[in-house]
Amino acid sequence: MRDTQRLMGFVSRGFRGKRRDTASSSRVPPGQYVVTDFPVLSAGPTPRVEVDQWTFSIEGEIDEPRRWTWKEFQALPTETVTKDIHCVTKWSKLDTSWKGVSVDTLMEGVETAAEFTTIYSDGGYTTNVPLDDITGNKAWVVYEFDGQPLQPEHGGPVRFLVPHLYFWKSAKWVRGIRLEKDEHPGFWESNGYNMYGDPWREQRYWGD
Amino acid sequence: MARAAVLGRLTWQFGTLAEIVRETPRVSSLFFDVPEWPGHLAGQHVDVRLTADDGYRAERSYSIASAPQDKRLALTVERLDDGEVSPYLVGELRAGDRLELRGPIGGYFVWRGDEDRPLLLIGGGSGIVPLMSMLRHRGRIGSKTPARLLFSSRTLADVIYREELEHLGAAGDGLRVVHTLTREKPAGWTGYTRRIDEAMLREVAWPNKDSPAVFVCGPTPFVEAAASLLVAMGHDARSIKTERFGATGG
Amino acid sequence: MTQVQDMKLDGNAIAGLLREIFAVEMTTARGTCASCGAVNEVGRVEVYIHAPGTVVRCPDCEQVLMRVVHGRGRYWVDMTGVRCLEFAES
Repeated sequence: MRDTQRLMGFVSRGFRGKRRDTASSSRVPPGQYVVTDFPVLSAGPTPRVEVDQWTFSIEGEIDEPRRWTWKEFQALPTETVTKDIHCVTKWSKLDTSWKGVSVDTLMEGVETAAEFTTIYSDGGYTTNVPLDDITGNKAWVVYEFDGQPLQPEHGGPVRFLVPHLYFWKSAKWVRGIRLEKDEHPGFWESNGYNMYGDPWREQRYWGD
Repeated sequence: MARAAVLGRLTWQFGTLAEIVRETPRVSSLFFDVPEWPGHLAGQHVDVRLTADDGYRAERSYSIASAPQDKRLALTVERLDDGEVSPYLVGELRAGDRLELRGPIGGYFVWRGDEDRPLLLIGGGSGIVPLMSMLRHRGRIGSKTPARLLFSSRTLADVIYREELEHLGAAGDGLRVVHTLTREKPAGWTGYTRRIDEAMLREVAWPNKDSPAVFVCGPTPFVEAAASLLVAMGHDARSIKTERFGATGG
Repeated sequence: MTQVQDMKLDGNAIAGLLREIFAVEMTTARGTCASCGAVNEVGRVEVYIHAPGTVVRCPDCEQVLMRVVHGRGRYWVDMTGVRCLEFAES
């Protein structure tokens, strides 16, 4: 291919690119760069949910499904956590601060045969995460970012947070957790993205 | 050149920057020599790719501003301060530099100039660019197709192609150019000074019964507002061709 | 439920991507939505590109028409939301 040959090794004179701060490399997984802003990613229209219409559910492989209204959810014990987040589109954001409810609190006393979960959201988005990855102080259902109510473009009123996996697993506009015996690929996992998504092993796509 | 086939596999090729023309404080036109350019249609765009010395790449799409008949390929680029590609194109690239691009791309938002329907162009900010390619094309082929351009800018200083639009509008070939400014009312200004609304469209737009070819281009909220107004006035949504610019990216 | 639409682009924004996949101009192709049956030219569908992949939605019912993921030199294309795609030979 003549064109390919000709273009190989071409560098745009004077171009560096904007977002490639890899200074804190021990905290930044391979192939990621650090941003200071908070990029908005969206696969569809942003749902605007009134909190009096909002509920959060745990269902599926559970004898008595659980369900909280906004008021009930607000009354649950909260945690504030500071975490690094890693988006599969290659940006990482360090020391992000979130307030919400630990999944451990929501799952307290639940007996289940499930090994997998589907996190589901308003607008039809889903993502699959092994149950062991959302319990044991690893995941939260959060409604504040940086001390402020979570904005709709970042998943408000409430989003999922499972920061040790790529950020597409931290579903925006979350409405519940479905406990499942088998693994069901979610919105991105059914179309090329990795079933597990560990940023430190660069599990971005199928086959990684 | 204008009639060349434009299909087949897209390949990256080099354009060499020949000239930069400053259009407004934030917007410049870049004129490229592209030796293997296959020709384009008014309204099409190109992909531009930048490569850093460590292999990092950024890619964006830009509408083509030049007419198919023009010798050089022109892109008109608005510098977005927090952008990655546009500050390079408008601030760093110099005459003689090479740029990787591929195209032309697109076929929906295209005006060929071969039909009699009146032309209605509605542009917001740098959304004027593909519409300008259409107006330049209309001028080059000597088309007498009745045409109206409604162009929304923030201030007078932000009006892209202001002089050229004045000339085109004064040529007496059936084109009427109407401006509206959304953030300024300069002394002696005779155009509109508000966002596009139904009253303005009733004055400027061809009525639905004239079956105009309608092209709307600009930021997403601008395009949605203009298209909704036209639909509410009875235009068939499917006859309104729209192209939205993202607010992010740059 | 109201919606903000700032992130929404249209089919023109993926003309290059679709040319890579289909090797012909696709913004003038007509797709039938598998959910609501609406037929739309690709140029006027809703497109979201600021995401892990490209998501194409029906302008009439907002259901997903197409998902495209590009990485590691491969494409993954889901078209279950498009019942029929009509386009001209090149």
